[in-house]
Amino acid sequence: MSEITSLTIAELQKGIRSGEFSAREVAESYNAAVAAARALNAYAVETPDDALACAEAADNARAAGEDLAPLAGIPLGIKDLFATRGVDTTAGSRILKDFKPPYESTVTANLRKAGAGMLGKLNMDEFAMGSSNETSAYGPVVSPWRRNNGSNAAITPGGSSGGSAAAVAARIAPGVTGTDTGGSIRQPAAFTGITGIKPTYGRCSRWGIVSFASSLDQAGPMARTVRDCAILMETMAGFDPKDSTSLDLPVPKWEAELSSNLKGKRVGVPKEYRIDGVPAEINALWDRGLDWLRDAGAEPVEISLPHTKYALPTYYIIAPAEASSNLARYDGVRYGLRVEGEGSLNAMYAATRAEGFGAEVKRRIMIGTYVLSAGFYDAYFTKAQKVRALIKRDFAHAFQQCDVILTPTAPSAAFGIGETTDPLAMYLNDVFAVPASLAGLPAISVPGGLDGQGLPLGLHLIGNELDEQTVLNAGLAIEERAAFTARPERWW
Amino acid sequence: MSVSAEQVRHIANLARLAMSEEEIQRLVPELNNILGWVEQLAEVNTDGIEPLATVVEQKLRLREDTVTDGNCRDEVLANAPVAEHGFFAVPKVIE
Repeated sequence: MSEITSLTIAELQKGIRSGEFSAREVAESYNAAVAAARALNAYAVETPDDALACAEAADNARAAGEDLAPLAGIPLGIKDLFATRGVDTTAGSRILKDFKPPYESTVTANLRKAGAGMLGKLNMDEFAMGSSNETSAYGPVVSPWRRNNGSNAAITPGGSSGGSAAAVAARIAPGVTGTDTGGSIRQPAAFTGITGIKPTYGRCSRWGIVSFASSLDQAGPMARTVRDCAILMETMAGFDPKDSTSLDLPVPKWEAELSSNLKGKRVGVPKEYRIDGVPAEINALWDRGLDWLRDAGAEPVEISLPHTKYALPTYYIIAPAEASSNLARYDGVRYGLRVEGEGSLNAMYAATRAEGFGAEVKRRIMIGTYVLSAGFYDAYFTKAQKVRALIKRDFAHAFQQCDVILTPTAPSAAFGIGETTDPLAMYLNDVFAVPASLAGLPAISVPGGLDGQGLPLGLHLIGNELDEQTVLNAGLAIEERAAFTARPERWW
Repeated sequence: MSVSAEQVRHIANLARLAMSEEEIQRLVPELNNILGWVEQLAEVNTDGIEPLATVVEQKLRLREDTVTDGNCRDEVLANAPVAEHGFFAVPKVIE
């Protein structure tokens, strides 16, 4: 038997069912791995007892001859943006320090109902605003990866789901939840050599997920393989009357329908994604990805998404606008931090928020407040909503000519912690990820290879609305051909 | 358009963020940089385009007009920084 923490979720399911190992052994292996990896700062909270209790339930069910729930005995890491009953949920912010929700998010409740346990809560950029995990009030997550030049420089796992990505890459969780507002699942997946998918907006309920930008926020799984992502997403997704934007549709059998045969499928290559300043290695991987999909039977077609260059500026109006509104709830009254200020109610609000929020969150609240303020609303916010409509229309036209779109996930490999200090330069990380978010489309990042520094690079597939299956299938075709087996050498 | 220190102070007040003069001075160029960059949207022709409100078309649902929760006052107050007599407590607002 190979080491338990090297197994995929599909292999763990099989091993627990066949009795090759017990769920308890799985939980204990992971609990030990989590405790030994604190140098990564991936977990904000560890919940080993939760993982053990779920394992015991799974082992007892098996001993009693009962049918096991789909994720029985599988311990998962949960991004700290998901409310977990009685367990600290801070969203990476000081303003929610020690906040213990009296309720459970729908997505994590779905996972629990399916038998999954929880290893802990995963560190993240504050309120999911960041691409490097450096905005977390609890310190940045350190990627398990290092450059191959002998340097010990700390590398970022990306963000905002950086703790989630690092945990899967370091084998301290077999699978995790992430959330993606403008690339927060896909960019960290690419930076750490793992797989992560954001489904169509509305597939996963947002109820109980700390809100950032409600018209964009979407939960999704991150794991080592496409199959594992399909398994997790089937459980996470589903209609929820408590979220008014939840899609009232049955959840497809994504795992059972997985097939890497892409005969008859057309792969769109958007010419606008060839941008200046992207390393040649990334464009070479993009070409290789196209060859792999061709080998799987797909036919490449050149497509045009003319408003691509406007996606990031559109996003940086809409997301901060929605954030400034959503984050108005942190007022020091109902939960979280409270700083008294100079006596008045307004002074208490302002002092609480000044101390509770970090610099990036404040910057975005300021931008959002500005673009929504009297006199500027139409010039910024309404204009951005119109351009967003054009971006969505670009994709609708493209999907008349193709079934799935292939691009790189990010314009660079992971960078060092502290190396990117200009906010605008940081925003450019999501240049390839943001358009699909604005259009609400499903998109996956799968590992494609390593760059010259020995750091992972990802390939990005965008599908048509509700067509997660084609995204998963094309991802599987790449996974089989890229044969990405590299893993970070353990230094922690 | 570019923002002045005075506008930044006004926005910070609208957003209920206490800011030192130093922070205001630092934010002025940062915000101008970001706003200058997003203003490239002005060059996009959006004549006759409806602003996008819902990204995936769906009907707004109505639910039964019935009570779905309640009797959870203590749970609701459990995370409050200051709760008194079963209420959230705030600094005095009426003299």
